[in-house]
Amino acid sequence: MHLPCLTLPLLIALLSTSSVHADRQDFLHARIIPVTGPEIEDGYLIIDDGKIVSVGSMNEYQSSSGMSHDCTGKTIMPGLVCTHSHIGIQGPGGGGGDGSGPIQPEVRILDSIDVENAGFRRAVAGGLTCLNIMPGSGHLSSGQTAYVKLRPAKRVEDLLIMDDNDRPMGGLKMANGTNPQRDAPFPGTRGKSAALVRQAFIDAQDYQQQIDDAADDPDKLPDRNLKLETLAEVLRGERVVHHHTHRHDDILTVLRLADEFDFQVVLHHVSDGWKVADEIAAAGAPCSVILVDSPGGKQEAVGLEYRTGHVLDEAGVTVAFHTDDLITDSRWFRRMPALAMRAGLDRQTALESLTINGAAMMDLDDRIGSLEAEKDADFVILDGDPFSIYTKTLETWVEGRKVFDLTDPGDHLYAVGGPGAGQPERPYLCCIDEGHE
Amino acid sequence: MKGLAQLLFVLMLAPLASGETILVYADTIHTMAGDAIQDGYVLVRDGDIAAVGQADDYAPDGTETIMKAALVTPGLVDAHTCVGLAGHLNTKHDRDELDRGNPVQPHLRAIDAYNPHERLVEWVRGFGVTTVHTGHAPQALVSGQTMIVKTAGNRVEEATIKSVAMIACSMSDTAISGDNPGTRAKASAMLRQKLLDARHYVDKQSSTKNDDESDDSETDGSKRKRRDLELEALAGVLKGETPLLIHAHKARDIANALRLQEEFDIPIVLDGASESYMLMDDIKASGIPVFIHPTMIRPYGERENLSFETASKLIDADIPVAMQSGYESYVPRTRVVLYEAGMAAANGCDFNDALAMITITPAKILGIDDRVGSIEVGKDGDLALYDGDPFEWTTHCTGVVIDGKIVANTPR
Repeated sequence: MHLPCLTLPLLIALLSTSSVHADRQDFLHARIIPVTGPEIEDGYLIIDDGKIVSVGSMNEYQSSSGMSHDCTGKTIMPGLVCTHSHIGIQGPGGGGGDGSGPIQPEVRILDSIDVENAGFRRAVAGGLTCLNIMPGSGHLSSGQTAYVKLRPAKRVEDLLIMDDNDRPMGGLKMANGTNPQRDAPFPGTRGKSAALVRQAFIDAQDYQQQIDDAADDPDKLPDRNLKLETLAEVLRGERVVHHHTHRHDDILTVLRLADEFDFQVVLHHVSDGWKVADEIAAAGAPCSVILVDSPGGKQEAVGLEYRTGHVLDEAGVTVAFHTDDLITDSRWFRRMPALAMRAGLDRQTALESLTINGAAMMDLDDRIGSLEAEKDADFVILDGDPFSIYTKTLETWVEGRKVFDLTDPGDHLYAVGGPGAGQPERPYLCCIDEGHE
Repeated sequence: MKGLAQLLFVLMLAPLASGETILVYADTIHTMAGDAIQDGYVLVRDGDIAAVGQADDYAPDGTETIMKAALVTPGLVDAHTCVGLAGHLNTKHDRDELDRGNPVQPHLRAIDAYNPHERLVEWVRGFGVTTVHTGHAPQALVSGQTMIVKTAGNRVEEATIKSVAMIACSMSDTAISGDNPGTRAKASAMLRQKLLDARHYVDKQSSTKNDDESDDSETDGSKRKRRDLELEALAGVLKGETPLLIHAHKARDIANALRLQEEFDIPIVLDGASESYMLMDDIKASGIPVFIHPTMIRPYGERENLSFETASKLIDADIPVAMQSGYESYVPRTRVVLYEAGMAAANGCDFNDALAMITITPAKILGIDDRVGSIEVGKDGDLALYDGDPFEWTTHCTGVVIDGKIVANTPR
């Protein structure tokens, strides 16, 4: 993004003050996949001020004085939503909870995100626009996750998605199975894992009870406790639990605890999900599935099958996929539902699994995940069908700003690799501080 | 045609023990020996390819087992993997691809570690992979031997095409991840010394033999050189019979491998080679073939500069390059070489070049192209059947034939 590197923000700033419609951009003659509506063979997408204005067939298009892009032969779909990513938290000191204990809900992953990580550049090259950045699975709870948009960023605040109260949005990462099991104070068994989690939530219930009993009397309120405060948010339904779980019995343990403490949970990975699909459906828990080339590599994933997404969908479960980047690379996120289609998943669900379903798991489906009027202008322009291996991501747009362009040499480097592609680099606005160009 | 029918009639009279006959019809057959055949057939009899051509040119006699596919390729050849030594559980029980007892162990035989019943062998076979070059992992300076097997067979001996294929080495970060060796220079020094020791060993063995002959002193134990399995394994390298498979990613590590080849004049195959695009002239001049890293291998550490387009660049430079599924120590425990070639096809390789990287090219580099790698009369009856473009994510592998036997026929 050589030119936009400096000029795009300025351009936007200049144009937005000069004319109401100056920011309007029309994308014409594209094949449009709105996801929540039928595909449009010869369609248009109009965006303005970071939002989608309208989507429709070219038959109904009314031209304007705004900037227009000829998208003949191209496909436009919503920006891809990854419900489980680890981009930007690698390296020394990166990540969530440390080795001091198994349950660390007080830790915020947003305090550990390096916005210069090259992974962000690769993610937009893959058409991703929204991530749930998660701390790891080596703890029963390794901390709070961060919902981010892949905007141009100099600091993590530029990436964060804020809620109506202007607080950063995110869930709580939890895990069971083998990853959190190690030497004390970490659990050594599954039974111990569940017991530790139950005790933590019981303590949070007590903490919440003290708050309720205080009835807003500051003298009676308990001292703030970041750990219990976070768990209390979970108990109040204000924070979703994103739960790593693979094996069938581990999955059912998560559902058992969610039922006991009445928290909202999204099941992640669910390698054995095909074995307990009906139970998951009955619990109403959505699933974010990972699909890798072969089963195993770790004990709890030996049951992994390509058909998991299909079986869960047939059972009535809401299904998304996730990259788990770097476990799989964000640049071919589209591959995962395509491999699930190979094992029976229908195309429409595959499209939803990359977009609106993931958005719903992050309570963002009112803002992103489909091409509909008034939603954020987050979209990707492809040169073919999203589920073909030969299809390239040409452009990625976040809130009306182009954040990836395959024709730009810098972006191309991160899209296909080459000398320097692994080096951390300040994304997008590389030169703005230096004041040159 | 008439002659063929007569031959078939004769064969029908032959005892049933002569074996199954499989007749495969396909819209497209990529023989990898000449142009693709449209509306073609392949006849496999007694384990070998008996005929291939236009479907109209063959009259079935009713005894054949008939298979149909949109597209047929030769059984795929994975240029390099660790599957069978590396198992899906990834526990002590099935983690036989790496022993860390010593940084240089060329005497560890793959044949003593390969499990033909490993679930991952069946897994890759389901996608059309019929031959794998597998063995010890590229995680030590010299981790052990590799072998070539078919992905079928009850005992390793039944599966084996070549019991000693190469010696797996690493001149990359994986060789110096421990204390011994601790640096690249030390790794090179250790490897060079071991090769020199092997050269002395070869010389002494041959001179001892001469002494034995002249002195007629076979019973004189003091004159016989003690057999040394490590040096014996490397002797094959110095004699030019067994290539060193050298794992290297950074350009400087690749350069170190080239220097080693120049010094010892030994056969070398480059493994991984993610920065090979920076040294293409040198690699080409050396004549060294490349087993390129899986296209989708994770781009961090010494692989941070990998490019999806490297395979196509090497092919354009006329460097022999085959695709590998490589080694994975975690998840996924094995990659599928078909997928990796597909990603190369989506990143600059033309279809035939990408398919060659998992068929005829690795067969040639591995020296087994008299048996596998293309659909030609007389070669092994190894076929992969697909219901579309095999590289597309949504295409299925619908059948796999190895040595004339159907080993998979559920869509995968």
